[in-house]
Amino acid sequence: MAKSLYIGPYGRWLPIAFGAMTVLGAFVLLEILLRVGVINRYIVPLPSEVLLSLPRIIVEEKVLARCRETAFEMLISSAAVIAIGVPIGVALYRYKALRNALEDWFAALAAAPIVLAFPLFLVMFGRSATTIIVMSVVSGVAPIILKTTEGLVATRPVLLNVGKSLKMTQSQMFWKILLPSALPLIFTGIRLGWTFVLISVVGTEFLINLGGLGQLINDLAERYDMPGTYAAIGFVILVSILFFISLERVEQWLGRRT
Amino acid sequence: MTLAAPSTTHAVQSQSKDNALTVDNVYKQFGANDAPVIAVDHMSFDVRQGEFVTVIGPSGCGKSTLFSIIGGLMGDYQGQVRVGNEPINGPHPAVGMVFQEESTFPWRNVIENVAFPLELNGIGKAERHERAQHFINMVGLAGFEKRLPSELSGGMRQRVSIARTLVSQPKILLMDEPFAALDEQTRLLLGDKITQIQQELNQTTLLITHNLTEAVQLSDRIVVMTYRPGRVKRIIDIDLPRPRTSDVVSSAAFGKYVAEIWGDLREEASRGMADSESHAVKDAARG
Repeated sequence: MAKSLYIGPYGRWLPIAFGAMTVLGAFVLLEILLRVGVINRYIVPLPSEVLLSLPRIIVEEKVLARCRETAFEMLISSAAVIAIGVPIGVALYRYKALRNALEDWFAALAAAPIVLAFPLFLVMFGRSATTIIVMSVVSGVAPIILKTTEGLVATRPVLLNVGKSLKMTQSQMFWKILLPSALPLIFTGIRLGWTFVLISVVGTEFLINLGGLGQLINDLAERYDMPGTYAAIGFVILVSILFFISLERVEQWLGRRT
Repeated sequence: MTLAAPSTTHAVQSQSKDNALTVDNVYKQFGANDAPVIAVDHMSFDVRQGEFVTVIGPSGCGKSTLFSIIGGLMGDYQGQVRVGNEPINGPHPAVGMVFQEESTFPWRNVIENVAFPLELNGIGKAERHERAQHFINMVGLAGFEKRLPSELSGGMRQRVSIARTLVSQPKILLMDEPFAALDEQTRLLLGDKITQIQQELNQTTLLITHNLTEAVQLSDRIVVMTYRPGRVKRIIDIDLPRPRTSDVVSSAAFGKYVAEIWGDLREEASRGMADSESHAVKDAARG
């Protein structure tokens, strides 16, 4: 007999609770290993110390102001990757020769560790927010280009035939059929692109010791405030998780409409 | 050359004044001139005002090519397709198309899908929704207006497509195997719905199909096609009483028509099958 797929009234929360308990368990294990001396406490701080230093970091290190700086760079970069990536993706869809010539290069760009080229960007744009934004745009634009093209190419021919049978103009065809049909894949590209942008913004802030949350981690590490450093890293991870969960929700919502 | 057999019960009337649609000596080939594949070979027939005509033929006989030509989606053919007396060159507003594949817009709910052609014509939201609602009721989808296509069954989605085509009030409804993906029972019930709509609107309809039951259940006349190259083999009048429902399938007359058309199609379908098998063997030999 087939097993029932019913997972009970608490089934939805069980995986979440299990995930949280696993993280908690790892922290407890780490705390024990540090306290008994298996891991050196001068290199890795106690998780309890990290947790307790979180309020101090938030108040003394002006985390909110730093968040604003990082958010500003994120906002500019995120808008720029869409403004640049989507039109290029559309152009690659429209002109097949262009797609054949450039698609592999954009795929290579998506996989390239752009962050290693930070000295080049520093030379070009100086130690400034512009460097952070330009590097982040270069890091995040490729997935949006590729997914935009992929989404447009994947538009079902029958939908285009409906458009043709209704004598739709090229512009109507794009705005009313191609773009909505490609939107879920474009959004997948945006989610990937923004992920790269966030990594790049914080990473470059850390590398060039400028700006918001990345610089905070750098500052704390240079002061050898290990609990503070890890607390700041934890804070960035928390912000990232919330950011990605929101994007995933939007992506799922769009996915249901295709 | 047209292979209309002597038993053809209805003469081609390409010059008749009451023709809503005329397919006149249409010829279409694919591939290079040294090795052409003739999809449609000088086909001629007509559809009169308010008539339901079905084109039936085996898979690969050029039915879908003919559908694309009549719908104006395929150019570069010989002969002429006329709506009334007007030759068509590209998609014509008088011809509303329903496609074989599921063609609703997944990001629009039912009423937005149905109202889509009206939106393109710049009709205000209130009016287009009111007009769309009329056709939603007609296809039996009242109560599902706010549902997305992903929340509907295949048959319901196909009804949305039909309502979307009807909302433009086309002179001719052109359908390419709209129920091909549906099970037999749903197909019969949707056939009832189509018959009801066709009679209510006196809608001139041309259906392309390979389904014998569907063809006899719905049609006033059936154009039987040969397998590659696609020619008119025979045109048969279906003299079954109207209003007609799916109950007609149990009548002796229905069975007689099905047997008669199958008699015509059997040879064509066998040729089609042999052709497919020979291609499969060649492909396998090529590795």
